[in-house]
Amino acid sequence: MIAHLPGLQVHLPVLQVIVPLMAAPICLFLKRAHLVWLFALITSGLTFVISVLLLQQVLTSGVISYELGGWQAPWGIEYRIDKLNAFVLLIITSISTVVLFAAQTSIEKEIPKSKHTFFYILYLLSLTGMLGIVATGDAFNVFVFLEISSLSAYALIAMGKDRRALWAAYQYLIMGTIGATFILIGIGLMYQMTGTLNMADLSKRLPEVAQTRTVFTAFAFVIVGVCLKLALFPLHLWLPNAYAYAPSIVTTFFAATATKVAIYLLIRFTFTIFGLSFSFTTIPLQTLFMALGLAGIFIASTSAIYQNNIKLLFAYSSIAQIGYMIVGFSISSVTGLTATLLHMFNHALMKSAIFLALGAVMYRLGNVQLSSFHGLGRQMPLTMAAIVIGGLSLIGVPLTVGFVSKWYLLLALLEQGWWPVAVLILLGSVLAVIYVWRLVEVAYFKEPLSDQVPVKEAPMFFIIPIWTLIIANIYFGIDTRLSVEVAQAAAMSLFGVTP
Amino acid sequence: MNLSLELMLQLAIVVPLLAVVAILVTGHNSNLREGMTITACLILIFLVVNLYQGLTSGETISVLWWELLPGLTISFNIEPLGMLFALIASFLWLVTTCYAIGYMRSHQEKNQTRFYLCFALAISAVMAIAFSANLFTLFIFYEVLTLSTYPLVTHAGTEKAKQGGRVYLGILLSTSIVFFLLAIVSTWFVAGTLDFKLGGIFSADVDKTLAGILLVLFVFGIGKAAIMPFHRWLPAAMVAPTPVSALLHAVAVVKAGVFTILKVCVFIFGLDLLAVLPTTQFLLYVAAASVLLASLVAMRQDNLKARLAYSTVSQLGYITLGALLATPSGVIGSSMHIATHAFGKITLFFCAGAILVSLHKSKISEMRGIGRQMPLTMLAFFIASLSIIGVPPAGGTWSKWFLLMGTIETEQWLLIMTLMLSSLLNIAYLLPISFHAFFPNFMPSFMPDKKMPTKGSVKTAKLPNKQPAIEIKEAPLPSLIAIIITTLGCLTLFVYPQPLFELATAVLTNRE
Repeated sequence: MIAHLPGLQVHLPVLQVIVPLMAAPICLFLKRAHLVWLFALITSGLTFVISVLLLQQVLTSGVISYELGGWQAPWGIEYRIDKLNAFVLLIITSISTVVLFAAQTSIEKEIPKSKHTFFYILYLLSLTGMLGIVATGDAFNVFVFLEISSLSAYALIAMGKDRRALWAAYQYLIMGTIGATFILIGIGLMYQMTGTLNMADLSKRLPEVAQTRTVFTAFAFVIVGVCLKLALFPLHLWLPNAYAYAPSIVTTFFAATATKVAIYLLIRFTFTIFGLSFSFTTIPLQTLFMALGLAGIFIASTSAIYQNNIKLLFAYSSIAQIGYMIVGFSISSVTGLTATLLHMFNHALMKSAIFLALGAVMYRLGNVQLSSFHGLGRQMPLTMAAIVIGGLSLIGVPLTVGFVSKWYLLLALLEQGWWPVAVLILLGSVLAVIYVWRLVEVAYFKEPLSDQVPVKEAPMFFIIPIWTLIIANIYFGIDTRLSVEVAQAAAMSLFGVTP
Repeated sequence: MNLSLELMLQLAIVVPLLAVVAILVTGHNSNLREGMTITACLILIFLVVNLYQGLTSGETISVLWWELLPGLTISFNIEPLGMLFALIASFLWLVTTCYAIGYMRSHQEKNQTRFYLCFALAISAVMAIAFSANLFTLFIFYEVLTLSTYPLVTHAGTEKAKQGGRVYLGILLSTSIVFFLLAIVSTWFVAGTLDFKLGGIFSADVDKTLAGILLVLFVFGIGKAAIMPFHRWLPAAMVAPTPVSALLHAVAVVKAGVFTILKVCVFIFGLDLLAVLPTTQFLLYVAAASVLLASLVAMRQDNLKARLAYSTVSQLGYITLGALLATPSGVIGSSMHIATHAFGKITLFFCAGAILVSLHKSKISEMRGIGRQMPLTMLAFFIASLSIIGVPPAGGTWSKWFLLMGTIETEQWLLIMTLMLSSLLNIAYLLPISFHAFFPNFMPSFMPDKKMPTKGSVKTAKLPNKQPAIEIKEAPLPSLIAIIITTLGCLTLFVYPQPLFELATAVLTNRE
């Protein structure tokens, strides 16, 4: 549709953000929950179409620069779409759309009816925020959108029916605000030194003043702030509770996208703005991130093994998976970054499938305690099969997406000759086997508890999106052309290597 | 029929998959369901035999399915070793299905549809492993095989089955992820390819230490070969129904393991490189230790299936050892041992299952005198034991002969002694079972199991013989037929080993 309107074609970068932003207040007028849901779904679908078109455009004709309101950069705000953020935009919008499909069914049981409209408004705002962070080429704009997405996220998490959701949201609020403030301080310091907020402009001007203490400080603030947002160990403490007690749809959406956006920011700040040589020489970022990434993998995976709340279990697993992405990042080679980008894509697929399936369990049983899973393999075969396949993908079994990213990560480590790290990465997968199989054994080998009411398979509104994601898990594990090529091209352009 | 050989190769993998669908659809009707399985078995055998003829007439057959990552393809081709494995697996699938029909029905097992379904899935994976054209393809289906056999191991659904399944999956998955995958990625990184090529894919100036480490990773990473200390999954898997233990844990799964080791030794490293690696000698001793220790442990098992499982661990050690000898005789011996051990061990397991079904006995100490009730079964057990031990008139003679030749050629005196000693141990833990079955009163102290024969229990064991008439209680007919077929197989391999020998010899001469 949009492709045939040449006038709109040029405005795609801003439409990507504006469409959900405008749609959010419109929801207020639609009153009826089902209508709002449909509207939100269509909006999200539209953003997906836009992101596909953007990616196509970037792949064929290179970087798109869009000047907001016609004001020239670096004075005006620039939206700048290259392969990296086109890829991330695609991840966010696709997952958001698939997840929204199940939203109405899921929130009926988890959120009071009076709040349904607000839920969708917040959801769309959160989506807007994330898309904005990724699409913009302006450092201050990043902060603005970061706040939009975070504030709506706090509210969304607080909607969880468990009262602990309030405490979790509050924790997240405090940590998130510290993170955002740090980023703001960093951006402010950079502005002080260079007088510009445009990313491309910053990357040109920063090297001149690179050896000043102010720039070091700015860098440190930005990195710590971003790492808080992406829940890098040991700054992850807000994440498990936030994921565990938020409404299922919110958990699914955030687990698949929010941390990816933060990792995008990390890459953007280190590679594009500060530049590779600055980022990896001023502070021992490589050693630091490698160590923290590995520690995250092992400590979070081990914690996951001991969780009895399954949402909490997979929340810890998410922290571990972030560890993998950070390890890939810390290698600072094209292959390493490719592995990170691939894992962003792949992890979004597996975690959204798993959390959505958990949402289905929540829908039927009202909780996701391990004990509730007794005998669920027979009662909800499709849902449980989805969790098993998602789990296998998490472990990294061949023919699933998890294997593809693991392969690249291993290859990147071997390129550097870091054998011990490669072994540790593989040992991390074994931990994943343990925490996934704990669930499998309960679901398939235990008889249902006597006081448990027999349940039926989840409704179609769950099964369809869950299995769409599962099939994507397998499809992109076999046909790796799209994900690998885009990730590789993005990584290469970040390193300034021409393919 | 005018199917091209390429198509047949693909069908050999796809037909068991179609069988999965057919079994699923016809699951409500047990006769129809098992008819479907048998039909699939027959079609598969037809395909594999045709492929065999294609191979012997010198045709090259290869298929590329999909390029997963740049340079890494899922592709298949046919070479003698894989052909050998596919022939055995497809033929024994038919025999085992026949056996399973008798066993599963008279044992009144639950979830039989799932059983046949996973079985077919496992066979599909086995075919894909046998015909893999590169290590990457092999690895993928190696993992598929692990996962598809997990529901079979835990078939009973009891706490014990769950524990067994945990060990099974735990060891097989961890070794394959931590060691095997690492070895594959490293090989890809060093050699730039993973295609199986006679003579190996490493360049001549490869760092010997590095290649040596890779070899260690491969040997331990291929957990299905059950080299000690990663053998625990095999005894653990014995909680599965006997047909599973018979086909998968005496033939398909474990042979997939040693098959992979042979493939890696011959087609990834190449015998020339293998012979000069610094770690080969160490691994030879590990394999020899595995052979010896497993035999010793086997002697102490009173549960028949557990004893057979440890015997399998020991025999798998032979094959790994033969591959690591890096001589033609070793490779020929190992290849032949894949076949002869398969027939021998599957017969033994069939017999164990038959005893369980007919007499409800699983402990060796309870099996005195059962030869009168199950004469055919115990005779089969005796012949199969001979095959495992490696004495005429059973097929095992030839493979052990070549393995011994290999050790003598390389002047590995310690290994020769190990092999001899292990053969003696084989006699000690296998022959008494059938011997006491027929002659319950003869030399009770010969029973190697020290815990069991207190005087009182021996006396009670004698009692049945004094009763005048003992009715013959053989296994259900389909099972009995299966036992007879595999026993005849053991004998045939001795009398007419020519095709097997030719196939094994062709492994090293085939131009592919």
